[in-house]
Parts: sequence; structure tokens; C-alpha cells
Amino acid sequence: MSEVIVITSGKGGVGKTTTSANVGTGLAKLNKKVVLIDTDIGLRNLDVVMGLENRIVYNLVDVIEGNCRVKQALIKDKRYPNLYLLPSAQTRDKNSVTPEQMKKLVEELREEFDYILLDCPAGIEQGFKNAIAGADRALVVTTPEVSAIRDADRIIGLLEAESMKRTDLIVNRIRMDMVTRGDMMSIEDVVDILSINLIGAVPDDQQIVVSTNQGEPLVGDDSLAGQAYMNICRRILGEDVPLLDLNEKSSLWKKISSVFKK
Amino acid sequence: MSLFDLFKKKSSSDVAKDRLKLLLVSDRANCSPEVMEMIKNDIIKVISKYMVIDAEGLDIQITQTESENNNGSVPALYANIPIRDLKKSQKSE
Repeated sequence: MSEVIVITSGKGGVGKTTTSANVGTGLAKLNKKVVLIDTDIGLRNLDVVMGLENRIVYNLVDVIEGNCRVKQALIKDKRYPNLYLLPSAQTRDKNSVTPEQMKKLVEELREEFDYILLDCPAGIEQGFKNAIAGADRALVVTTPEVSAIRDADRIIGLLEAESMKRTDLIVNRIRMDMVTRGDMMSIEDVVDILSINLIGAVPDDQQIVVSTNQGEPLVGDDSLAGQAYMNICRRILGEDVPLLDLNEKSSLWKKISSVFKK
Repeated sequence: MSLFDLFKKKSSSDVAKDRLKLLLVSDRANCSPEVMEMIKNDIIKVISKYMVIDAEGLDIQITQTESENNNGSVPALYANIPIRDLKKSQKSE
């Protein structure tokens, strides 16, 4: 049984693309056959985060318009044999694709893949409608900030209106030091306000910037963010994984151990 | 930091949480100020049939209240309508 998951947020810059790259790579590491689709037409980004930008020949719009077959446009990630990327078009706009066309494409890919992940553009216009059209479930990414949470709430409402079967929340860029000081809403606060199921929380980790610089998703490595993303992947597979302890304690221990490593 | 801040217990995360909770109630209700104004005017019209009310002092807003049967909270329309005279119907005509 294949599953189609859309990663969305409403607000831009909260980490949709980073989450898509890491969840996709993580599921591939867990031996699932995965295709990542960048649905942000005109603002292509997932390819650079994945480090596959130099291998693009055809794109999503080429497939939709019939200029090539799906298989020709899929980029195989050489690091993971089960991972593929369908890049977005950079020189077109969001109206080049309709929700019906996306649905049809996704149905075609279902036969081949275990997981189809759709990286949704920011906003609630055409691009959003295209991305959610063929999805079975949604991951809503937010950060503990008023603007991001407000937009997430709106998105959750829209997903409900479109009768999305399942919607889970990812709280991104949590800073436990600020939460402890009372200067950032906690994971519990955010879940309480949005009242949907939490599937994972990812700490604000400098390693994310490093990994994006290198075009190599960090899921599964020993950084806190890497572990958090891997836990999310396991939960997507239905495993019952306890929430990662993002507290000062663990990061303090990390600091101490890193001192000794030097 | 002012002296006032020293006595203020509310952390900025609490402020954010409270602001969001209020904001989302009106977002979810999808009620524009125009619609609220129309509701307000209609309420004045209906109640005025039966009693004299202070239209100036009338205040309506959408808030959240604990629902009776399930655990979550539900939006509620809260109206504060000051009454000037209860016996309008007897006085008139």
C-alpha cells in the first residue's frame, strides 16, 4: 500500500523543504521506495537541499504536459537506491498545473512507490491546491511563533474543508533554552492551540544549515535534529516512538562530550 | 526595562499564547468586522421590540467557552446588552 503525504505550512520559511528532504531521505533509509515531488513551480528548491540540482533534465511541468515520460524526469539519488526526486519547473508559474493533473500523476506513481511526498509551496493559492489534491495525509510544519501558528491553523482548517484523511503536526525550530526562560512557546503550548496530533518536534539545530550547505539531509545522524527527523519517519511507518528529549540536559551533555572529543 | 516589568509575571511566551488564542477564535469563526456590526444591529432591533436597551453600551464578541459534552472548547458569541427599561411594551401605545 502506497501513501501520499503532503508537507505544508501556509507560512513560508518554516522548514517545509528541509522537512520534505529529511523525511523523504529517512523513509528511504528505512528501506521504503520514496519519490519526492517539488510542487513549488517557479521557486524550485528541493533539488538544492537534496544536492541534486546538477542532474535535472526534465521537470514536473514537462511530465504534466507530456514532453517526457515520468521515468525520464525522475532523478535517482545515488546515495540511496530507493530515493527519487521529481523536480519542479523554475521558469513556469503555478497555473501551469491543475489539481486534476496532479491527482493523475500521483495515481500513476502509486504503482511504483511506497511513499510519495509532496513539498507544498507557501500560501493557500493554486500551488497549495495542486499539492494537496492527490494526498492521503498531511504533515503541517510550524514554528513556535505567532505568525507561523496562525497560518498553520488556517491551513489545518483548509485541509479539513478538503476532507484530508489525516493531518499531523511538526513543530520545527524549537529552542529549549528559550522555552525554559519563558520566551518561546513550548511544544505543548503549540499542540494545545492547534489541537491536532503531534508527530514530531525538531530542535533549532545549526547542523541543519551545515547539511543544507552540503546538499546532504542529516536525517539519522547523531545530531538532535537528525534524530528527531528519523523519529518522525518511524512514526509515519506506524511505530510508537517516544518524543525525543530536547532539553538542555542532553545538549549540555553533548557539549561536555564534545569537549572531551577534542 | 521599566519598573513595571519587574512586577509583571507574564512571560513573552504566555503573551504570545494568549494573543494567539484570541486571534484564532475570530479567524476560525471567519467573522469580519462588517458581519459583526450587522449582527450587532440586528440584535439591537430584536431586543428593542421588547425592552429599552442602551445601544451605545452594547458589546458583542466571539470568545471561547468550554463545551458541555466533549472535552474541547468551542467558540461562543458573547453579548453584553445593558437594559435601560424592562417595561417598554406596557409603556408604549
